Amino acid sequence: MSELVFEQVSVRYGTRRSGLTAVDGVSLTVPSGHVVGLVGESGSGKSTLARSAVGLAPVTAGRVLLDGTDVRHLAGRRPLQMVFQDPYSSLDPRMRIGASISEAMPRGGGTKGARARRAEVARLLELVNLDPDRAGMLPAQLSGGQRQRVALARALAGQPKVVIADEITSALDVSVQGAVLNLVRDVRRQLGLSMLFISHNLAVVRYLSDIIAVMYLGRIVEAGPAEQVLSDPRHPYTRELLSAAPSWHTPLFEETGDPGAADPEPSDPHHPPAGCRYHPRCALGPFARADRDLCRTTDPAQDAGRRPHRAACHFAGEPAEPNGARA
Amino acid sequence: MVAVVAGPATPGVPAGVLGSPWLSFAVRRLGRFVVSLWVVVTAAFVMIHLMPGDPVRSALGMTAPVETVNARRQALGLDDGLLTQYWHYLRSLCGGDFGSSVLSNLPVSQQIGDRLPATAQLALAAFVVAMVVAVPVGAVMAVLTRGGRRRGGELAFTSASVLLAAIPEFLLSVGLVYVFSVHLGWFPVAGRGGLISYVLPVLALAVGPAAVLARIVRVEMLAVLGNDFIRTARAKRLPARQVYARHALPNALTATLTMAGLVLTGLVAGTVLVENVFAWPGLGSTIVQSIQQKDYPVVQGIVLVYGIGVLTVNLLVDVLLAVLDPRSTIREA
Amino acid sequence: MQNATNGRTGRNGRAKVLAVLRTPVGGCSVALLALVIALALFAPALWGDQASAVDVDAIQQGPTAAHLLGTDSLGRDVLARVLVATRLSIELAVTATLIGVAAGTVLGSAPSVLPRWAGRIVTSAVNIAVAFPGLLLALFFAMIFGIGAEGAVLAIGLAMAPAFARLTQTLSAAVAGQDFVAAARVAGAGRVRLLVRHVLPNIGEPLVVNATISAGMALLAFAGLSFLGIGVQAPAYDWGRLLGEGLNQIYVNPTAALAPGVAVMVAGLAFNLFGETVAGVVGARASRPSQLKDSATAAAAAPAAGGGGDRPVLLVDDLRIAFPGPAGRPVTPVRGVSFTVGAGESVGVVGESGSGKSLTALGVSRLIEAPGTVTAARLEFLGTPLLRAPEPEVRGLLGTSLALVFQDPMASFNPTQRIGRQLAEVSEQHQGLSRGRALDRAVERLREVRVPAAERRARQYPHEFSGGMRQRAMIAMGLMGEPRLVIADEPTTALDVTVQRQVLRLLAQVRESGDGSGSAPAALLLISHDITVVAQSCRRVLVMYAGRIVEDLPTADLHTAARHPYTRALLAAVPALDTDRDAPLAVIPGRPPEPGEVTAGCAFASRCSLADERCRADEPDPVNVGAEHRVACWHPQDSTPRSRTSSVDTTTAGGGA
Repeated sequence: MSELVFEQVSVRYGTRRSGLTAVDGVSLTVPSGHVVGLVGESGSGKSTLARSAVGLAPVTAGRVLLDGTDVRHLAGRRPLQMVFQDPYSSLDPRMRIGASISEAMPRGGGTKGARARRAEVARLLELVNLDPDRAGMLPAQLSGGQRQRVALARALAGQPKVVIADEITSALDVSVQGAVLNLVRDVRRQLGLSMLFISHNLAVVRYLSDIIAVMYLGRIVEAGPAEQVLSDPRHPYTRELLSAAPSWHTPLFEETGDPGAADPEPSDPHHPPAGCRYHPRCALGPFARADRDLCRTTDPAQDAGRRPHRAACHFAGEPAEPNGARA
Repeated sequence: MVAVVAGPATPGVPAGVLGSPWLSFAVRRLGRFVVSLWVVVTAAFVMIHLMPGDPVRSALGMTAPVETVNARRQALGLDDGLLTQYWHYLRSLCGGDFGSSVLSNLPVSQQIGDRLPATAQLALAAFVVAMVVAVPVGAVMAVLTRGGRRRGGELAFTSASVLLAAIPEFLLSVGLVYVFSVHLGWFPVAGRGGLISYVLPVLALAVGPAAVLARIVRVEMLAVLGNDFIRTARAKRLPARQVYARHALPNALTATLTMAGLVLTGLVAGTVLVENVFAWPGLGSTIVQSIQQKDYPVVQGIVLVYGIGVLTVNLLVDVLLAVLDPRSTIREA
Repeated sequence: MQNATNGRTGRNGRAKVLAVLRTPVGGCSVALLALVIALALFAPALWGDQASAVDVDAIQQGPTAAHLLGTDSLGRDVLARVLVATRLSIELAVTATLIGVAAGTVLGSAPSVLPRWAGRIVTSAVNIAVAFPGLLLALFFAMIFGIGAEGAVLAIGLAMAPAFARLTQTLSAAVAGQDFVAAARVAGAGRVRLLVRHVLPNIGEPLVVNATISAGMALLAFAGLSFLGIGVQAPAYDWGRLLGEGLNQIYVNPTAALAPGVAVMVAGLAFNLFGETVAGVVGARASRPSQLKDSATAAAAAPAAGGGGDRPVLLVDDLRIAFPGPAGRPVTPVRGVSFTVGAGESVGVVGESGSGKSLTALGVSRLIEAPGTVTAARLEFLGTPLLRAPEPEVRGLLGTSLALVFQDPMASFNPTQRIGRQLAEVSEQHQGLSRGRALDRAVERLREVRVPAAERRARQYPHEFSGGMRQRAMIAMGLMGEPRLVIADEPTTALDVTVQRQVLRLLAQVRESGDGSGSAPAALLLISHDITVVAQSCRRVLVMYAGRIVEDLPTADLHTAARHPYTRALLAAVPALDTDRDAPLAVIPGRPPEPGEVTAGCAFASRCSLADERCRADEPDPVNVGAEHRVACWHPQDSTPRSRTSSVDTTTAGGGA
């Protein structure tokens, strides 16, 4: 059983006065054996949240628990592992891939001695569909997709309970992406891992995840079972993401949409808007309906827990204007 | 839908700590200057106390009578506690008092005042010459050799600049003296006089830095030429000259500025050697003489002047960068 | 591209040494260095006695047969003294360098292992010290350590330390920022292990190179100090001391001053050049050039103009783009591309990285610079042949009628100029507008692409714009003229999906209404790696693979009538919001070829489940299979609708070639 829980986690960079709160009081649970997909645009804080779990970003408030233990107090073994976005910088160019993998193995345990380690490296390489003979190769001799497999093998070498995958296919070509996604799916099922899977691509997240959480400007605005979130999004931002995702069936223009209206600019994360952070862009908020001052003044995150999908919206579930964006 | 509200605060521009980003930049940068200055002053003070043996004795020589040494020690305050001495040192510095020479007993500030203009003139003249030569040469070489063209030209330029940059000032000085003064008799061998006496020392100082700068300008220019916005400028179908002069060069120069600052401070150091070759009555020949004579207050004073000079140049460079590059104040934050 | 750069770092040491030796400068510097070292080892034994033999009959002589370079004030032979001085000069310089490098590396790497506050102090101390020229620091330390060789060694060594510390810091900061260090941290590696195992090995090479260059500089600095009388003291002598002594008699015997000077120069250069060449090889940029022109081969029949009916806006026939490659063989990333864009038509180009799609865009817009070469049987824009026309002749035409939008909107604007200025420049150049009028037009165009508060925005710098707004401004820049064709190269790849949609809509509107003033509509050539983006915005799609167009068909037919196995595989490989979650994703085994490694036959053959001998031997040319449909395949799939995954392997790729 291995459950990763973010409890009111905040990550803040910079000084008190000119800082940036990249993650602002986020609570999220990755249940044992499940995949939680985290989506959001660049600057929404999704990567920062992931890095906070493995100690690469400072948790300034709240805590991250793995099976009830604060991850900052986990000594020695590393039950939390991470796979990074860029396969070209995530492997040490001077280290043979076998050494990179074996470095991540826990000291002691079942892998004492050089021979046992070598065998374990071979097993892991096979697990990610790479020829074990490649252990002596340098990263430069591998393609992007192969490097990403090695990175996955390295993460698995730590015998993790939870793996965090941060945009692991966004640097890959589409023809290679599929193979890596299939691999992640197979390995996860085989090992029964829990996983936090981060991507800006809704279709990719949907393919792998049981639960989907949507982040906007450092907050989670909606979270729930994948199919439900996608088929019945409660938060207007989720809807916007869904309708903007390029797709065969969606024309570029909604017949009824007004092409003459200007699109609002994304908000500045240094100065998030008051009240609901999404209100300057929201099709349900004061931007569209002048009477909705509530969105400007009151943060909907307070009672999000009471709404379906924990939607952080005062008017969650309400369809947009009669002739507006499709739900 | 409703008309749009003007976009939210422009992203990227922080509303600085003190309201204006410029003010906060000025405060931060001045703070750094003051701290550096303090470090330099303290280093100059500590220098004396790190020297093995008695500085006064070693300055006056083994033959000097004990009474003289003791009297001078007392006059210089060397018998006080270390903190007291430090306090006195700081206080007199604030009053413009750099102490006085162990040997001649003349005030150091007077000596510096006499010598500083000669050195400053030399360094600045050499800097101007170096810049005037290096910027056009480097920029033109970059344009000619961009994208791996004219390998021969690139090789020639690189070799020549490496060669010129590797000749130390004092060797060049000797060579120049031999050719132009001894052999051809065009310029005086040494001393500071009319304009003609400046030619060789300035040349000796400027050649190396000019070569270094030309290489840097070329490298920076090549880097800028590889940027996407140069492609945009070409996509606008501007004439080539305009692409280089209006879009590439200004960006390359901003990047070169930091190095130009280092080159200028390097020139200040170069004057030490060149002044000694040409018997130039500046700070450089004085400090060497004083080191040899162990006249520590003079050395201390000149070290301070050099230090302040270097810090000021750095300050100027940073301010210039902030003014010229619209992104720099943001980068500071 | 990324593969290639990384491949270089993996090259083994011996190859690098050979590469250094093979360059003319490298060979020279190695020979010089060997000579200097040999002299340092053997000169004192060979000429030591001669160098110290006093000859009162031959004081301050010029060059004679007995004394080739003359004698000094005690009648000692200058040549012998210069040769013998090699050892001491080199010894002192190397010792000083070792001290400097050791102290510098320790200072530079200390911040990454020390507690944060201590690291900060070290860093700021180094930052202050590094601003001071080495010679001033050396003088400062020389005062402390006293006059003499030992003092000077310490002084020069310590004076070198700050610069070296800074270098170590900069290099290790760059390495420490990389993901592999983060990965090692996550894997549980401690600070010391990170430094020793991951950071130092990756900065070792530049450190050693710089140490070599520094040794040359130390040699010169030492000569300087000795020359000033602060370094080596009599009766010992190094080159600097000989030089100082020689200068006093420069009128009597100039060679006594020049000889040690030349010696210092040669030795300093040997170190310097050696370091520079090694640095050049280690961080090698482009490989050797070769100006091989790719002769245009017999043109395949140009496809009929699609869409517009009348004269096409853009006609491309057998376009080839080549660059000089390693070992003198040109690399040809675009190999015979033919297509037309009709007036007002929207054409998409889809392909993976390395397929040549972006280069095609640059090629047709005349933005490939030498040493790249562009050839084509025909390349016409609005009826004007582009390839043979000199730049000034087509400048006006391209400047006003062809608009370009690039991938990275931040990098594509000049960071030091205001947006309005950069837009206005187009009209000043091509439409003869005054500065003020051009700026007015820029504001008007910004408004046209719905940049809010256009007047204020025109006065801002690019970094004050968000990504989407910058891309709008880029489109506005294209609208400064009267564009008949907009070429957009991955215009939305750097943007979020919501912004992507906005920009795509804007492009579509520009195409429909031209510049908004009722002139002719503009055609659109949209390049993207994302087939869904292209499908949404374009009427026709060109699928590129390994530098060729493998299929050209109307977007509406993509799902029903695509006939090339690659097109079908690409369509199936992209997960959509309705992909079956329980089935594995369709994959294409292997990976796309690098531009340099294209072999005989169909480039897709190695990844294609239908490939046979013919595919591996002969490359298929595009043939018409329908009214607006071309396919380059020996085994085009029939056009009956099929399930989306049927024609490709559904096995996971077992680590392709």
